[in-house]
Amino acid sequence: MNKTFHSYDEVVADVFDGAVIAVGGFFGNYNDTPFHVLEALRRKGVSNLTIINNGAGSGDQGLGGLIKDGLVRKVICSFPNTPHAWAFRERYQAQEIELELVPQGTLAERLRAAGAGLGGFYTRTGVNTLLAQGKEVREIDGKKYLFEKALPADFALIKAQKADPAGNLVYRGTMRNFNLVMAMAAEVVVAEVEEIVPLGDLSPEEVHTPGIFVDRVILTAPVPESHMFNQKGNRQVKL
Amino acid sequence: MSLTRYGIAYRIANELPDGSYVNLGVGIPGLVVHFLSKEKTVFLHSENGILGFDAVHEGEEDPYVRNANEMAAALVPGASLFDHSLSFAMIRGAHLTHAVMGGMQVSAQGDLANWAVPGQGVPGVGGAMDLAANVNNVFIAMTHTTKTGEPKIVTSCTLPLTAEKCVTKIFTDLAVINVTEEGLELVEVAPGISPEEVQSKTEAPLRLASNLTVMNVPERFNQLQLVNH
Repeated sequence: MNKTFHSYDEVVADVFDGAVIAVGGFFGNYNDTPFHVLEALRRKGVSNLTIINNGAGSGDQGLGGLIKDGLVRKVICSFPNTPHAWAFRERYQAQEIELELVPQGTLAERLRAAGAGLGGFYTRTGVNTLLAQGKEVREIDGKKYLFEKALPADFALIKAQKADPAGNLVYRGTMRNFNLVMAMAAEVVVAEVEEIVPLGDLSPEEVHTPGIFVDRVILTAPVPESHMFNQKGNRQVKL
Repeated sequence: MSLTRYGIAYRIANELPDGSYVNLGVGIPGLVVHFLSKEKTVFLHSENGILGFDAVHEGEEDPYVRNANEMAAALVPGASLFDHSLSFAMIRGAHLTHAVMGGMQVSAQGDLANWAVPGQGVPGVGGAMDLAANVNNVFIAMTHTTKTGEPKIVTSCTLPLTAEKCVTKIFTDLAVINVTEEGLELVEVAPGISPEEVQSKTEAPLRLASNLTVMNVPERFNQLQLVNH
């Protein structure tokens, strides 16, 4: 078994019009998001996509590029209103894109539920708010809970630091975020990684995403500086 | 003298007890990290998967470690890293002891509105509803009134709710207010601010605490400025 691929275009070759695609990373603009796989998807030119991400892309490359190019019909996310998400903002204000706003923890759990074979779950998050509209409310031990459905995807495009040919993944720092639950939730999982090591080189104890969840692994390449938002962004108080 | 954003952050930092696990939201809450005393251990939680971070020193940024405000962060001794599922299990499971959040409106019952203004731009909720609905101590850090002088502490919220009956304590530039079963209790006023002035800028009725005091915020902390580098 070798899940290693060598062409970005090849790993997205079977993505179809109207596909539901979970895109890993916190805001789609840093080393936790699969930049080159997203750019290949953009070149392929599929349309009518539904994108699941925490945000709604940044700038006009990667996820932001897919939205800018009009390939995305709907975004399911928690926080589309970051300053850099201007491609989404323009399309949203022109009513050219649909938004399903989901609380961040509910988004993660809906993906996890899909990956774990659950139909959904009950949570106190969102009870008696606008985001509860149309959802079942159930009282459990005297407290109100909302029913939230599992959120499966056709594809997950994720990012990790290291992989082996069996698809086992290791992340570094805060790269993990949504990548783990997205790998569980999708039919086809593509991981863009910074290093591919020989089978047996990863300690079983360090594996964060077991290879059973991953279908395709491809080596990343440098990301343009213009796409690395907020890399500095550090502020300090002088006491 | 009303408090600055830094003064409010300083006051909240003093309120967090040794051994607490705290999520800091964006805005004034994010400034709390700079005022935590080294005498106590407070583990700061970041939604994207950190328990135990601190402000990072210039030149020591790790490109792989950022907090939920998209800022480079330093990991403290005893820190741990995890994914979103575990991160929000800490929130929903009420394992975190405190959430410090910004607010647009807080009602007399402790209802919170801080995520959307209808008709204004793109809405975003992030982790606000998860935190407000599930963490036991929800502290709100905000200015007492809007930019146009309207009270933000109201009888009942007119903006879309984040969660009902969730706020436990409010920290503003003018006052510290407890949310209790019997309504709002004014426990501290800023130096030089009278309880009457606080009430005049608050729509909901305030009950004066028997031990009402003046906030202890040293002027040097209240005058701080953030510097970019």
